[in-house]
Amino acid sequence: MMSDSIILASALAYMGVLFGIAYYGDQRADTGRSIIANPYIYTLSLAIYCTAWTFYGSVGLAAVSGVDFLPVYLGPTLMAVLFWFVLRRIVRITKAHRITSIADFIGSRYGKSGLLAGMVTLIVMLGILPYISIQLKAIAASFSLLRQYPEVSRLAVSTQHPVWMDTTFYVALVLSVFTILFGTRHIDNTERHEGMVAAVAFESLFKLLAFMLVGVVVTFLLFDGPGDLFQQAAAHPDLAPLLRFEVVPGGYGGWLSLTFLSMMAFLFLPRQFQVLVVENVNETHIRKAIWLFPLYLFAINLFVLPIALGGRLVFSNGSVDADTFVLALPMAEQMPMLALLVFLGGLSAAASMIMFETVTLSTMVCNDLVMPILLRANPRWLARRSDWSGLLLGIRRVGIVTLILLGYLYFRFVGESYALVASGLVSFAAAAQFAPPILIGLYWKRANRRGALVGLSAGFLVWAYTLLLPAMARSGWIGADFVNVGPFGLELLKPYALFGLENLDPYMHSVFWSMLLNIGGLVFGSMLSQPDPLEQVQGSQFVDIFKRERHDGDSLLWRGVVETAELYDLLARFLGPQRATEAFDRYAHDHSGYPLQADSRLIHYTERLLAGAIGAASARVMISSIVMGEVLSIEEVMTILDESTQVLEYSRRLEQKSHELEATSAELREANNRLRELDRLKDEFISTVTHELRTPLTSIRAFSEILLANPDMEVEQRSKFLSIIVKESERLTRLINQVLDMAKIDSGRIDWHVDEIDLRTLIQDAINSTSQLFCDKAVALHEELGDSPVIIDGDHDRLIQVIINLLSNAVKFCPEQSGEVTIRLQPSLMNRWRIEVLDNGPGITSDQHKLIFEKFHQVSNALAGKPKGTGLGLPISQKIVEHHNGRIWVESELGQGATFIVELPGAG
Amino acid sequence: MANKILVVDDEPNIVLSLEFLMKQAGFQVRTASDGEAALAAIFADPPDLVLLDVMMPRKNGYEVCQAIRANPDWAGVRIIMLTAKGREVEKEKGLALGADDYITKPFSTQEVVERVRELLAETD
Repeated sequence: MMSDSIILASALAYMGVLFGIAYYGDQRADTGRSIIANPYIYTLSLAIYCTAWTFYGSVGLAAVSGVDFLPVYLGPTLMAVLFWFVLRRIVRITKAHRITSIADFIGSRYGKSGLLAGMVTLIVMLGILPYISIQLKAIAASFSLLRQYPEVSRLAVSTQHPVWMDTTFYVALVLSVFTILFGTRHIDNTERHEGMVAAVAFESLFKLLAFMLVGVVVTFLLFDGPGDLFQQAAAHPDLAPLLRFEVVPGGYGGWLSLTFLSMMAFLFLPRQFQVLVVENVNETHIRKAIWLFPLYLFAINLFVLPIALGGRLVFSNGSVDADTFVLALPMAEQMPMLALLVFLGGLSAAASMIMFETVTLSTMVCNDLVMPILLRANPRWLARRSDWSGLLLGIRRVGIVTLILLGYLYFRFVGESYALVASGLVSFAAAAQFAPPILIGLYWKRANRRGALVGLSAGFLVWAYTLLLPAMARSGWIGADFVNVGPFGLELLKPYALFGLENLDPYMHSVFWSMLLNIGGLVFGSMLSQPDPLEQVQGSQFVDIFKRERHDGDSLLWRGVVETAELYDLLARFLGPQRATEAFDRYAHDHSGYPLQADSRLIHYTERLLAGAIGAASARVMISSIVMGEVLSIEEVMTILDESTQVLEYSRRLEQKSHELEATSAELREANNRLRELDRLKDEFISTVTHELRTPLTSIRAFSEILLANPDMEVEQRSKFLSIIVKESERLTRLINQVLDMAKIDSGRIDWHVDEIDLRTLIQDAINSTSQLFCDKAVALHEELGDSPVIIDGDHDRLIQVIINLLSNAVKFCPEQSGEVTIRLQPSLMNRWRIEVLDNGPGITSDQHKLIFEKFHQVSNALAGKPKGTGLGLPISQKIVEHHNGRIWVESELGQGATFIVELPGAG
Repeated sequence: MANKILVVDDEPNIVLSLEFLMKQAGFQVRTASDGEAALAAIFADPPDLVLLDVMMPRKNGYEVCQAIRANPDWAGVRIIMLTAKGREVEKEKGLALGADDYITKPFSTQEVVERVRELLAETD
């Protein structure tokens, strides 16, 4: 026996730790240093999805039907993929409108409808009871099992005892107390519970570790690793089918419906909506959760099958309920500490679900069910109360206790007939009814209140008829004939086979009919009725959430008059004077003071704060009770809204235009810079050209004037001066021609006459036309041109210009008499030809090798005297060669002569 | 005694024409074809006047002008810059560096001789 006191003490100690974490989290939140503001805590808090159902029930299901437990985790994984599109939108809206719960969200979307919010609350209450009951059942069952330690036996959690002897009842009471402590310590105007989220995150980590620990122990201590375990299972005639996918009781339709249900439940169960949306601190955390949360699910599911198979193998006589394998296995192995840890893991999975769910639900009950009724029933009495926060807290506390006790009642009267998983799925199917009004409402502006009411009621009724009533029938509350034959013997109305739709599993069947009627009701209801102004405003604000930057559309609806002091009083009643003062100070700070007579913006501000405390619908009722004045007509509202949307649209376009303009002007600036650079280069070119032109011109003019002034000059000197004039004139002509050539090439206005030409003949011709230069300086020329023609595609006249230029350069730099020039034609790599012109002149230093191909750059060498040139020969040659896809360069060292090399591609 | 003139230019034909003109005008003429050669010539025997080209290899005209003015022994040397660029900036730069006058290329032979004479007369 493990004594009750040990179990109870550790359970209480564990709850104490959780409470400590929650308390610390709240403290930190109050001082503005949130401990939950990071994506990992956010992701862990989402794992509240994994309840006792996961902790115990998955193994139970796997032990009976193999991989059938998976769709429940496949759904959330799929939903996580859609987070960025769906969840982010919902979170953005929720923050903008200070929405407090899923009922509030749906109510707000459809014109702040109190009726709709109340209806959602009712559905949630009814739908969630089975879920709460299975958590209670799990805690009680695990407790009863553990106290028998070390004996492991199948014991039903009996409902035969009277209530006061029932463990489950006391579990429910203790949980109620803890929940009140955790969740209703004060009214928060944002309706966020940082402390609870922190505790949930811790709890998620704890249950994961406990579960994995059991998995490791079973797999590696009880068996010799997964290989051994699966081999033994495969050898077992009962277990072998579990390892194959063929055992899918509902067929693939069953998988599909389960996946769909869990997808929807993951987002729309009240507690999931709370942690995913309302408690979200920062939208960017969603990004990490998209992959991190599926990872958590993977981890917690990793050992489900091993534990299930291990349980079946160990307890092969069927003496132990598969739902308790997780706990029973460590017990059977005499591991008390591990068993206790597992118990605490299961407890924390179940308790956190119950606490969070009931806190969320009690807020909904208070804001969307009780308050509206009170406000409607006796507004005067309420208006006289000065402090409401106590009343609100009271309502919520009563709500919590009521909900948990209702869960207990369900467990006591219905729950016994169902395994953990089955009850959970009933709740899932109820939560799925919220999918159409929310998801369609997010994207379709025309969806209106009437449609939502019709659809939601229809879906809910179908759900109750096809899932809830049959569950009761199974427990004997309604005759079994109701299920088997149909009510009053009407076959068509059989709850598991409506209108003759048979052979589907019950969930698939229910999902099909309820979704059909829910969506159909929403769509047709919306199309057949006209929305009122508020509905239109809310609809367009929800759908256009990412388009609007400010959400003051519905503040336009307030045109009435109210004293600011009255607004303050109203707020103080709900939030307490301290928070109300803080809020008004904040407003004054942001808007530089507030007016005595409240304007629509301040009224709206107050409404939103109030909505955070009591829900959108009630807040609207409260505000309109003190604001005197007319409500704007639909036309006025729509005009104003349209205008603001148009203005936004217009300003966005303006912004885009200004971006474009900016880009264009940047391009212009760039182009301008390029032009200026070109201009500068051109200026430089012109100034260099004029300098080069002036030089020969200076000589020509000087000698002409000298000759003119000295008519009786000696013949010899006269002819010397005249020959200088002639030479300088030639230089001038050459220069002008080359400048023109260069300009033509640069501007692309040159005509190329490309033809098949023989390089050997071409070089021969070039040699002939420069032979005079060689003779004059007595420079020797060696030809190494080979024997056969070398055909390439090229412009004959331009290429010959290149060779002549190279040959005359070579002669120019060679010493007189002893000068030697070699011209060589030979094949190079890849069908290219190489022309080399070698001289034995002074050579060129390596720093000049590139520069000499620049315009007007001449190698100056005072020692050798300055040879005459234009400084354009090589640049022009380079342009011509490059136009032929060839290359020209020089290889040389000072004092070693120079080799100019031209490489040209052969004929293609 | 005839005034000493140093003609500095890297274009042999221009040097030749100036040399001819100065000799004809009765001056004693030496020539140099780059900046360093010019400074060497001045160092060996300071002339009365330098006809100095700007664009030259191995020390351009400005540098030579600056070097002359940096040496107090050569304070009496007159300098006429020969610039192919008629731009104001170039002239001003030459004058700022201590040149006494400038002549733009292509020059009038008569003008060159007159300017040289005028400048030497001022000095005397």
